[in-house]
Amino acid sequence: MDLGSINPVLLVASIMVSATPILLAAIGEMVVEKAGVLNLGVEGMMITGAVVGFAVAVTSGNPYFGFLAAAAASAVLSLSFGVLTQFLLSNQVATGLGLTLVGLGLSSLIGKPYEGMKAPPISKVHIPGLSDMPVFGKMLFSHDVMIYVSLLLVVAVWAFLKYTRAGLILRAVGESHDSAHALGYKVVTVRLMAIFFGGACAGLGGAYLSLVRVPQWTEGMTAGAGWIALAIVVFASWRAGRVLIGAYLFGGVTVLQLNLQAAGANVPVALLSASPYLITIIVLVFISARGAHGAPGSLGRSFHASH
Amino acid sequence: MISLEKRPQPSRLWTAITPIFAVVLTMVVGGLMFALLGVDPIEAVRTIFWDPLFHPQFAGFSRPQLLVKAGPLILIAIGLSIGFRAGIWNIGAEGQYIMGAICGAAAGLAFYPSESILIFPLMILCGALGGFLWAMIPAVLKTRFGTNEILVSLMLVYVAQNILISVSTGLLRNPEGMGFPGSRNFKQWDATHNAEIIAGTGMHWGVVTAFIAVIAAYVLMARHIQGFNIRLSGEAPRAARFAGVNPARIILLCLGISGVLAGMAGLFEVTGPAGQITGNFNAGYGFTAIIVAFLGRLNPFGILLAGLLMALTYIGGELAQLMLSLPGASIQLFQGMLLFFLLATDVFTNYRIRFGKREAA
Amino acid sequence: MSDILLGIQGLTKAYPGVVANDDVSFDIQKGEIHALLGENGAGKSTLVKMIYGLVAPDKGAMTLDGQSFSPSKPSEARQNGVAMVFQHFSLFDALNVAENVALGMENPPPMRDLARRIREVSELYGLPLDPSRTVGTLSAGERQRVEIIRCLLQNPRLLIMDEPTSVLTPQEVEILFETLMQLKSEGTSILYISHKLEEIRAICDHATILRLGKKVGESTPSEASAKELAELMVGNSFAAPVARDVEKGAVLLEAKSLSLPAPGAFGTPLREVSFAVRAGEVLGIGGVAGNGQDELLAALSGERTSDGGTVLLKGNDISSDGPVARRDMGLLSAPEERLGHAAAPDMSLTENGVLTASRRESLVKNGLIDWRKAQGFTEAVIERFDVRTPGPDTAARALSGGNLQKYVVGREIHQNPEVLIVNQPTWGVDAAAAAAIRQALLDLAAKGAAIVVISQDLDELMEISDRFAALNEGRLSPAHPVADLNMEKIGLMMGGAHDMEVAHVHG
Repeated sequence: MDLGSINPVLLVASIMVSATPILLAAIGEMVVEKAGVLNLGVEGMMITGAVVGFAVAVTSGNPYFGFLAAAAASAVLSLSFGVLTQFLLSNQVATGLGLTLVGLGLSSLIGKPYEGMKAPPISKVHIPGLSDMPVFGKMLFSHDVMIYVSLLLVVAVWAFLKYTRAGLILRAVGESHDSAHALGYKVVTVRLMAIFFGGACAGLGGAYLSLVRVPQWTEGMTAGAGWIALAIVVFASWRAGRVLIGAYLFGGVTVLQLNLQAAGANVPVALLSASPYLITIIVLVFISARGAHGAPGSLGRSFHASH
Repeated sequence: MISLEKRPQPSRLWTAITPIFAVVLTMVVGGLMFALLGVDPIEAVRTIFWDPLFHPQFAGFSRPQLLVKAGPLILIAIGLSIGFRAGIWNIGAEGQYIMGAICGAAAGLAFYPSESILIFPLMILCGALGGFLWAMIPAVLKTRFGTNEILVSLMLVYVAQNILISVSTGLLRNPEGMGFPGSRNFKQWDATHNAEIIAGTGMHWGVVTAFIAVIAAYVLMARHIQGFNIRLSGEAPRAARFAGVNPARIILLCLGISGVLAGMAGLFEVTGPAGQITGNFNAGYGFTAIIVAFLGRLNPFGILLAGLLMALTYIGGELAQLMLSLPGASIQLFQGMLLFFLLATDVFTNYRIRFGKREAA
Repeated sequence: MSDILLGIQGLTKAYPGVVANDDVSFDIQKGEIHALLGENGAGKSTLVKMIYGLVAPDKGAMTLDGQSFSPSKPSEARQNGVAMVFQHFSLFDALNVAENVALGMENPPPMRDLARRIREVSELYGLPLDPSRTVGTLSAGERQRVEIIRCLLQNPRLLIMDEPTSVLTPQEVEILFETLMQLKSEGTSILYISHKLEEIRAICDHATILRLGKKVGESTPSEASAKELAELMVGNSFAAPVARDVEKGAVLLEAKSLSLPAPGAFGTPLREVSFAVRAGEVLGIGGVAGNGQDELLAALSGERTSDGGTVLLKGNDISSDGPVARRDMGLLSAPEERLGHAAAPDMSLTENGVLTASRRESLVKNGLIDWRKAQGFTEAVIERFDVRTPGPDTAARALSGGNLQKYVVGREIHQNPEVLIVNQPTWGVDAAAAAAIRQALLDLAAKGAAIVVISQDLDELMEISDRFAALNEGRLSPAHPVADLNMEKIGLMMGGAHDMEVAHVHG
């Protein structure tokens, strides 16, 4: 095998590309879970975002319209989950699974005519000075704008939860919906907004897959990315900074195994292809063995204002 | 304004009629979707739900398919429903199904070309074992470390899929297959062929096993103390611990049962309708079975009916693809919607809808 | 008229099947402590929720300082100077004190200023509190301080306190009363909700008594006797439990230096708990909530096992046995939380009977449940303990709290245990049902069972126990005969200052 064929600059750059879809989905899901809602439909929302983003980008020729449409479509789809779990009080686990199944079906239905097409290219940002730096310029500062959007989003979510009153209320609702209700906060409204935000983020993540990372539409292309995003939220103990670390670690593993495959490493291909999933399992085991600290107190529980 | 009021206890009437409600709603909304796709909705619904059973030309072919498709769905869903009752969310049945098929097939292929009558039972056993062991991974991780079984069982589906691709092009590839991926065809090897028991009915050993599983699950859940403990663990985990139920045992039991049933379903599929191990012999039954389990209200007999209904949508979907050139994916969406509407209408089981003034709360 | 702060005229609120408040009217004067007195289910909570804007009344009106007052949400009530200290459900365990306070305020200052003000106010009123502590790690008394300070920071005109002393030791109650008197002297009105008559007589200027949603009387507590108030509150008289003189037998249950780590982040560890109960004896275990009561019950029932030699039943080491084995040997228990712990809410009473009685009552043969026999057992419990329910098929959550409590305790008593451990046997139960449950416990003791009653209701413990011990931060004080105790001693025991120091000096 030829490890020399792996270029470290390209490696880091491609790790960033590979981590971004999961980072977007995971940061959104983290906000949802911070509000006390477990939405297992991330995979379904991501793939819906992937197909809608792709379709709109191809049709309009503008990838940014694609991202906007993806965020909108997935957010609207997530509201169906919101209505079911928040108004009709359905089981969140079952509804999340249902959302994934609906999303998978919906996406392959929408996507059929777009198979085999090419996404319009997305331009790289050129930051004067930074982008021209040797090595780092190409590694870190010559990406498409969505990568920087995702990083800004992490910072924004972190600051929102830590410093703003709305963030405090959101955490309070997730911690104990009964207490929040007793103090007069609108539990259902807060949760619906969080679900909507989570849906939009998952949609962006999906669109990033189909518009930048692959960039093509194929049926079932998310291949578990949504589930991995869910695992990363657990890994991150519901903290924004750690979501970033988790997503980039995962992106690293994915890129590394692809590089190893390409370099003809003496490891069975099946093992390499399965390694992102296996590593996710191993990480989950480590996290749970340490004790799941930081899970919001009302996570996954239905709220019904009784008198 | 509309408000919800919790019923003092779940309504039995609504438990029974919400699935019907959901099916009707799905037909209506699905019909609208078909209309959007430019297909006459009434004809589409008729093609999916009626023609497979009664069409003068196609029914003869598609009627046996009903049992062929329902068999694995019911078998897997029965296992899943037991876990769901306990609040254990095994959503990786697809992986257990694949691993059961691989292990069972491998056990059989090791004896090729023997015609011993013991081979098929051995394969069933190994299929069950394969599914069981694959399900034990999330089970043991959950009991030992408290790891979330939803994520682990699902991740293992992708791992199983990679193993499947690997063995169908490697370990289990037919040496006489001229380099094509895929194992030997069990249909051409009588000792291992899971053939129809009664010709023209679609009834194979997997279907028989599914029926047995329905009855066994009913006895377990309605009469047996372990079934009671399973239900108790799902409804009130603290009360279960107070009663003396060991949560770890329930986790192992539930995941074990669903692994065994999914593994057997995989083996029956690969030796029967599918015929051979290939990279994509699995048709997503492990995921559709989740819908079946819920649609059947986690009740064994409900699952029997739900499995048949879901099989009908599969066959009808294929028929609609053929006759109305309806996209194949629309049926997947159709099934997903069914689950969604079921969950939505479920609210009537536990709540009463009140019209009138609402709390300021 | 200008002295009236809050005027309530004809407030009515009906829920399906029950009228929670029926035409209730009364006035709260400025600078007075006004008691709202009533049993569980009398409609106190609903009334308070209407004042605080959590529930909208069907009929009636309120005035605040002469102005019409109809808050549609709690923030509106808070803006008008109405603040409330909740009994339950208003704190967030994982957040710190300052964040919790901020959540209860309309326009909280920046966190750093808020922390400073929390320190100032807490010192001013003698309620020390660290703003950066995580609330989940606080004791029940400290948690209440968080709520009180949250209210005080907003300079309320009316402070509503819902059963504030149920989580306090007698000494902490004294401190609270001083704070309340200080507030009163500053002109703040206080609406004080309780069913504890002595407290109300001690500090309240005026009392309104509710029964079954209706106002049934008004009085000046300091001039009325506790008996008069009780009669107004309960409406009918009932037999107080009669203890019989029972010959105490051999030691049946013994705990020896029982220690267990805390079950979760916010649980309490058990530290060297030791006691012994004899046949025919009732041991009362008091203490403020959250000092290890649940943990002690779990360790005795077998839900959590402990080191060898720490729990003995009739001299046999049962420390490593689970609940099933302990039940087989005659040790039964009833946890505090009825729904979800002692009973599965969505399961029928019959199924809930199987939950603990499957083996002692032979309801299971060859692994199969004999549902008819289970129903028979359930019907017997319903009959014997006067559980009001349509029948054994009713879901547990459909029963009222009191009836379910009777069923849960009755289910264990009916199995004739040799040792019974109950936690909060009469919590949330009306007076007549509570008396019936206490009587059943005493009768069981009279038949030679050893009984451990864990409760936060000191009156209850004094009434039925032979000996009394108190839990404090997971430690159990030595048990003393009830006859030798007075309120001060009990308070010291609950506060953790039991004979330890003395023992050290002598030892």
